[in-house]
Amino acid sequence: MQEQPILSVRDLRTYFFLDEGIVRAVDGVSFEVRAGEVVGLVGESGCGKSVTGKSILRIVEPPGRVVGGEILYRPQKVSIQKAQQANGFVDLAKLDPMGREMRSIRGAEIALIPQEPMASFSPVHTIGFQLVEAIRLHQAVDEEEARLIALERLREVGVPSPEQRFHAYSWELSGGLRQRAIIAMALACNPALLIADEPTTAIDVTTQAQVLNLLRSLQRERRMAIIFITHDLGVIAQVASYVVVMYLGCVVERGPVEDIFHSPQHPYTQALLRSIPSLRTPPRSFLPAIEGSIPHPFNRPPGCPFHPRCRSFMPGTCDRQQPTLQPVQGLQWASCFLLHPAPQGR
Amino acid sequence: MGEEPVLVPPGGRAAAEEAAVPLPGVEAKVAEAFYVAPNWKLVWWRFRRHRLALASGAILLLVSVVAAIPGFFATQDPNEAISTELFVPIQAVHLFDGGRLRPYVYGVRGERNPKTLRMEWRIDPSQKIRLRFFGRGYPYSVLGLFQWDRHLLLPEEQSVRVHLLGTDRLGRDQWSRLVYGTQVSLSIGLVAVFLSIFLGILLGGVSGYFGGWVDLVIQRAIEVLQSLPPIPIWMALTAALPRTWSVERVYFAITVILSLIGWTTLAREVRGRFLSLREEDFVVAARLAGCKRRRIIFRHILPTMASHIIAASTLAIPVMIINETFLSFLGLGLRPPAISWGVLLQEAQNLQSIVLAPWLLLPGLAVIITVLCLNVLGDGLRDAADPYH
Amino acid sequence: MVAYVIKRLLLLPLLLFIFSVFAFFVIQAPPGDFLTSYIAELAASGTSIDQQQIDALRQLYGLDQPVAIQYVKWVTRVLRGDLGVSLDWQRPNLQLIKDRLILTVSIALLSLLFTWAVAIPIGIYSATHQYSWADYLFTVLNYVGVATPSFMLALVLMWVAFKYFGVSVTGLFSPEYVDAPWSLGRVIDLLKHIWVPVVILGIGGTARLARIMRANLLDELRKPYVEMARAKGLPEWQLVLRYPVRLAINPLISTIGWYLPQIFSGSLVVATVLNLPTIGPMFLRSLITQDMFLAGAIVLIYCCLAIIGTLISDILLAWADPRIRMEES
Repeated sequence: MQEQPILSVRDLRTYFFLDEGIVRAVDGVSFEVRAGEVVGLVGESGCGKSVTGKSILRIVEPPGRVVGGEILYRPQKVSIQKAQQANGFVDLAKLDPMGREMRSIRGAEIALIPQEPMASFSPVHTIGFQLVEAIRLHQAVDEEEARLIALERLREVGVPSPEQRFHAYSWELSGGLRQRAIIAMALACNPALLIADEPTTAIDVTTQAQVLNLLRSLQRERRMAIIFITHDLGVIAQVASYVVVMYLGCVVERGPVEDIFHSPQHPYTQALLRSIPSLRTPPRSFLPAIEGSIPHPFNRPPGCPFHPRCRSFMPGTCDRQQPTLQPVQGLQWASCFLLHPAPQGR
Repeated sequence: MGEEPVLVPPGGRAAAEEAAVPLPGVEAKVAEAFYVAPNWKLVWWRFRRHRLALASGAILLLVSVVAAIPGFFATQDPNEAISTELFVPIQAVHLFDGGRLRPYVYGVRGERNPKTLRMEWRIDPSQKIRLRFFGRGYPYSVLGLFQWDRHLLLPEEQSVRVHLLGTDRLGRDQWSRLVYGTQVSLSIGLVAVFLSIFLGILLGGVSGYFGGWVDLVIQRAIEVLQSLPPIPIWMALTAALPRTWSVERVYFAITVILSLIGWTTLAREVRGRFLSLREEDFVVAARLAGCKRRRIIFRHILPTMASHIIAASTLAIPVMIINETFLSFLGLGLRPPAISWGVLLQEAQNLQSIVLAPWLLLPGLAVIITVLCLNVLGDGLRDAADPYH
Repeated sequence: MVAYVIKRLLLLPLLLFIFSVFAFFVIQAPPGDFLTSYIAELAASGTSIDQQQIDALRQLYGLDQPVAIQYVKWVTRVLRGDLGVSLDWQRPNLQLIKDRLILTVSIALLSLLFTWAVAIPIGIYSATHQYSWADYLFTVLNYVGVATPSFMLALVLMWVAFKYFGVSVTGLFSPEYVDAPWSLGRVIDLLKHIWVPVVILGIGGTARLARIMRANLLDELRKPYVEMARAKGLPEWQLVLRYPVRLAINPLISTIGWYLPQIFSGSLVVATVLNLPTIGPMFLRSLITQDMFLAGAIVLIYCCLAIIGTLISDILLAWADPRIRMEES
């Protein structure tokens, strides 16, 4: 049974206005997130997956700006009378990014696990100070109550002897502990949606597995939705139930994790999966790589963004028109002219 | 957006690295030009984009030309005192007359104030003194190479004297003195910085390259020197210079005294660079290839640091210029008959002379403009010195 | 923290030794011994001094003994609090310096305060409004501020105040208070005058500090912890003040170490131009009249003030930044 989504991103566009030109970091991204679902956002570096995450939180920094599309979110706890639509959704793209409404959503409703746990704590403030601050921003509790909540969160994420860590500085903790502390801070106010931006990139593989397990169990306990941003297909296969594949600011394919891994439809997804080494490949054979490199953001190719590197490139079509995301089978969508012939008459 | 790692398929980084190898394409060629350009070229490309620094460089070039051949720009001998022309005000140059390039100044008329018995000068608009370019005037030496008598701007009539920036209490022409002061002040800054660079590279390099107790001793010495208030120290040292010394000896002694503390900043910079470069792959590679220490330092490390050293030195020159001005202003630096900006400003030391002759403050403007340009230029160079960042 | 301070304090004796050697060098530097020049000066002004007195002085300073012994004699006297007598002023040096020390230090500290109070808001504004017209304006002003020697500023201000407002900005007291004993009226009068040298001295440092603050804050604003704090839902101004500003100020604290000596240096020249009753003009005069024991004493005092400044900045830094506290202990 399909639940109603809590987040629906529609045709999101986030551009960066630089002196040299406009970088279209996110250029028409659409996907949905349901309560308790883990959505994986995958793509190469620079494909706009992190910017998508930041756009939802509305913390894209100038010269970047959300220029179009809708970010429909259904608040679970806070009520925003002004902007709330009849169906309970709020369009975050229309809110003032620094305004009171958006701030009441950030941290309380949608929380972030950032890329670099090391640098995401202020080095001159204790972990406890930063946790208590996060809690008191959204909950009407006093210092002591906030401290108890903070200790509880630290315990939940498996930080040993939280009373001591409470007074520690981030640089006194090991990488794994720091990541747990960051997760504790993100969970401080029981958010309904967590945006995890490459949460495991900066830590070693063993710790990575522990953190993934922790996130999964926390997610199941709280029925929390997660947008999991990563470039690592292996991680996606472990945690996500739904996958969104991005290339150059566009969604090229999306669908349930099994469909994406077992019957990828878009040539880019296929190429990505081919480059994974498998046990069955004969020894000493070359691993197929995707030819070419990601174009410079100012040199975005016309038409389908992937056509210069595509094996099935159709001259005259792929370099002229831009394909749109359309259903392929079941819940799987892709944007490719191989699957949906281009409209004629151009 | 930040730097993200390339897409890593589960199982291997090697695969991902292969995937990242660029195809030769149009934009790849641009990128290639960027990656194979020598360091100095990259620095220049970046510097070129810094317009303010370029403009400052142009102004400084002009100032340097003045400093190189002050005689050409002067209108009269800078030490010639004309007792009948004390405190003559500025006679501003008008370049165009009736739409044509015919430079002239207005004459001055002096009247003796019956009460104070002082000459009081007034600009006389009825009297036009025509000027001419490249006229013949007093002879001067060009860079000590040959004698010349052409000057940039002179009155058409040889018997008339004009004072473009007025005169001082002894009736000396301030414009000519300023022009000669430029030579001394700029060169003192340059020489002192060269001495500092020498000391700084030597000691900073030694400290950074060898580390250990050598580093410790030199670092402590730098800390001690930097925690001293510089001006009292310089004053005490310059005051100790014998009064009988010649102008040249005092000049040299002052550059030495100035660089005695000045080298510490440069040494710190050099040491920091050395420390980070020592760990760089290309230095490690050179060491593993069996290069001698001397070769590593002179062929690998120093050339890489050159742009940083140039930027740091550019920023050190204005400090030296200001300090020389301070010392000479207080009467402890260069002494007359030597002329520097500080010596000129000594004339404006008290309220009475400034009220009487405000134009005596103008050498200060020369200091400000020069120091300003050097700072902007130095900042531009420093920004450009890190082309990959 | 305590260990860190103690470690810093242990360096003090060494520094003091080096400075005392230097101060003694200053005393010794002029050709001939100072007594000869003193006698010559007295003779020139018409007073004579009897041989017995000369011999007593010679004995006291050990002028007929090797330099090392002269140094030891001098240092022992200094350690006992005897800085010698000024031959020029005919008064004990300690007393001369003490009178002027309070004013010198107050001007320096007030300048420091002024610098911080003005530079930090400017730096914060410039960094948070990067490339706005106000940022450009501040940048230009900063360059001009750094390039203008403090005495030029003093001269121009003096001239403008006199010419257009008919006021004199020299000195620290109105004529009726110059030699008066300390009283409430004198303090108020002092406050009316002291801001002129304080501002003049502070301008250059303000420009420098504002630039450092802007650059530091721009660096800090790009760091992930700012984004994290924003993602928590913290209001923007509270966020900027609580995290990046706090971190950007830390390196500024260490600038006090070199900035205080700079202020003492600058105040020396400005005080000479503005004719202030501080140590500076006295030092200049002692050097010109070769009153070397006074000059040496003042050099020693300047050095000590500078060390105290460095020490204070070190301690402040350790107090403000837990990382440094950990690293050093």
